[in-house]
Amino acid sequence: MNDMRIVRKDVDMNDTKISAKGVQVFYGDTHAIKDVDVEIRDKTVTAFIGPSGCGKSTFLRCLNRMNDTIDICRVEGNILLDGEDIYDKRVDPVQLRAKVGMVFQRPNPFPKSIYDNIAYGPRIHGLAKNKADLDEIVEKALRRGAIWDEVKDRLDAPGTGLSGGQQQRLCIARAVATEPEVLLMDEPCSALDPIATLQVEELIDELRENFSVVIVTHSMQQAARVSQKTAFFHLGNLVEYGDTEQIFTNPQDERTESYITGRIG
Amino acid sequence: MSDAMNNPANSLLVQDARTAKRNAAEKRFRFFGIAAIATGLVFLVILLTAIFSNGTGAFQQTFLTVPVHLDETKLDKAGNRDIEDIKKVSTFGYNPLIQQAVFDMVQAQGIETPFTKRGDMKALISASAAAQLRDEVIANPDLIGQTIEFRVLATSRVDGYLKGRVTRESVERDKNIDAEHFDLVDGLRDAGIVKKSFNWDFITGADASESRPEQAGMGVAMVGSFFMMLVVLLCALPIGVAASIYLEEFAPQNRWTDLIEVNISNLAAVPSIVFGILGLAVFIQFAHLPQSAPLVGGLVLTLMTLPTIIISTRASLKAVPPSIRDAALGVGASKMQSVFHHVLPLAMPGILTGTIIGLAQALGETAPLLLIGMVGYIASDMPDGFLGGFLDPNSAMPAQIYEWAKRADPAYYERAWGGIIILLMFLMTMNIIAVILRRRFERRW
Repeated sequence: MNDMRIVRKDVDMNDTKISAKGVQVFYGDTHAIKDVDVEIRDKTVTAFIGPSGCGKSTFLRCLNRMNDTIDICRVEGNILLDGEDIYDKRVDPVQLRAKVGMVFQRPNPFPKSIYDNIAYGPRIHGLAKNKADLDEIVEKALRRGAIWDEVKDRLDAPGTGLSGGQQQRLCIARAVATEPEVLLMDEPCSALDPIATLQVEELIDELRENFSVVIVTHSMQQAARVSQKTAFFHLGNLVEYGDTEQIFTNPQDERTESYITGRIG
Repeated sequence: MSDAMNNPANSLLVQDARTAKRNAAEKRFRFFGIAAIATGLVFLVILLTAIFSNGTGAFQQTFLTVPVHLDETKLDKAGNRDIEDIKKVSTFGYNPLIQQAVFDMVQAQGIETPFTKRGDMKALISASAAAQLRDEVIANPDLIGQTIEFRVLATSRVDGYLKGRVTRESVERDKNIDAEHFDLVDGLRDAGIVKKSFNWDFITGADASESRPEQAGMGVAMVGSFFMMLVVLLCALPIGVAASIYLEEFAPQNRWTDLIEVNISNLAAVPSIVFGILGLAVFIQFAHLPQSAPLVGGLVLTLMTLPTIIISTRASLKAVPPSIRDAALGVGASKMQSVFHHVLPLAMPGILTGTIIGLAQALGETAPLLLIGMVGYIASDMPDGFLGGFLDPNSAMPAQIYEWAKRADPAYYERAWGGIIILLMFLMTMNIIAVILRRRFERRW
């Protein structure tokens, strides 16, 4: 752990984007998330770290209500996006997910052309008035996904034909195409090789200019490299949350220290 | 190293007892597998050989080609070619003309025969020949007064004699035909008058009465089956797919859906005759739909096919990777958008496979048709137009085959096998269409 590089970056002290208070998650009888409070800031990369099964992915999926698709899952507490409770009865999760995009662990492009992969979101949300508009959105999204140069000549090729890293960047481009405000990433690099990982990490850093990014990761180095804020989860509890630099250099909690030094996890 | 050299028990070059045992087990299993496949293939070959050796005869039919003089004094006494007057002449008016034509031909060819009257030719000529000639004249009254080359349908005995099914010995006690008639047939065959040719009527024609197997055809029953399949496809596919999508993607998992699930699986195992009696009670006695109609048959078969389609559709929906659903939901698609834009297209090949299996099952089903009056019904005419195809009484291919197989005349036995060939061809066409459709829908992910 001594060779761990920590990128020093100034954390913008912008407004709070997502504010979670007393969040509890149950899968049937299992208490998966226990009383988590966290404030996620705008235009910041926030990393969730912790050992397997600690609830970090579960908590991430609460932020755009992806847990709704699981029948036995029950969420309690308040999660506010820009001050509005996303679990309010009046909130349509579909509308919420247009604001809070998500990138998954395994690249999961649609079995369609590269163009259609990106255009799907804008199409169903009616973001483009005509074909030229849509072309523009697709190009912009692919540029933001740092994949435009690689695919601009074969937009009609199937998205599933790309390499793993390219597929993941395609999925990120797809997520940003709908102009979300928050981007959730669930271990986006776990299926990628080191070079593809590096490309995705650089991309995440660029995305910070426009979005609030929340990333779940297994790799502490990755958290240290890309994030400004880090939250450490353990056994369903949020153990420690603070500036990345502080978490990695001067952890307050014993468990955090054990984890980042490799004694547990 | 030296240990392995000295001790053969440790050498990789010698199989130890355990490995030998495992390898022997694998070898045995492979042998069983090959034996099972070989047995299956042998039975398939036997089946196909039996079908084709017995059935191909039905596609050949014997005809006598003779010039028939259409005597104006017999067919149109008034001589004004009034179609109504011509229609008044029944087949009794045509029979003597055909018999005379054949008799004249026998005389002209100088074939030695003890028969001296034209009436003796009756044993050679199918009772249907006169009807066919009459139809031809009614369609074209100008033929009256002319002498035309007419293909006279031979009786099934003559046909059987040419195909080797009937012999002189076998007709000793036959009232309809004598061995001397076969001498006549031999002579006419040598002269090229009696010939076997391809029997289109078997494919396009209607069933005939018990005494005229030479005229019987599969065509009308084929149309009946076609319209039933249409009903099954139009009802079972949308209902089955909608039910599966709801159960698989939308329904909450609780005791009710579990109960429904179990019952759908149970329905797939219900004997088909039960669906038949249900159809009789509900569609005919309660809803008063016409008896023997392909519409009712199709509805009954729909009930039978639904579980098959639902089970296979649910299986193929389940097989779509959940990551695709996540991806669609993640970009803000609604549940329904994610199902219809992404999941359903990917499940389509599996759904089509299930549908075609269900349809194939329905196509070969006879038992439920027994109860709604589609077996034993002799449909002598093609149904009237498209709507008539659904509502006119008709039979179905397997019912027709069953009907022929139980008739006494051995000529019908041959036709039953021939009917099976047509049924298999029909099935193959359906399967080919399904394979082509599947190719279109198939996408890699």
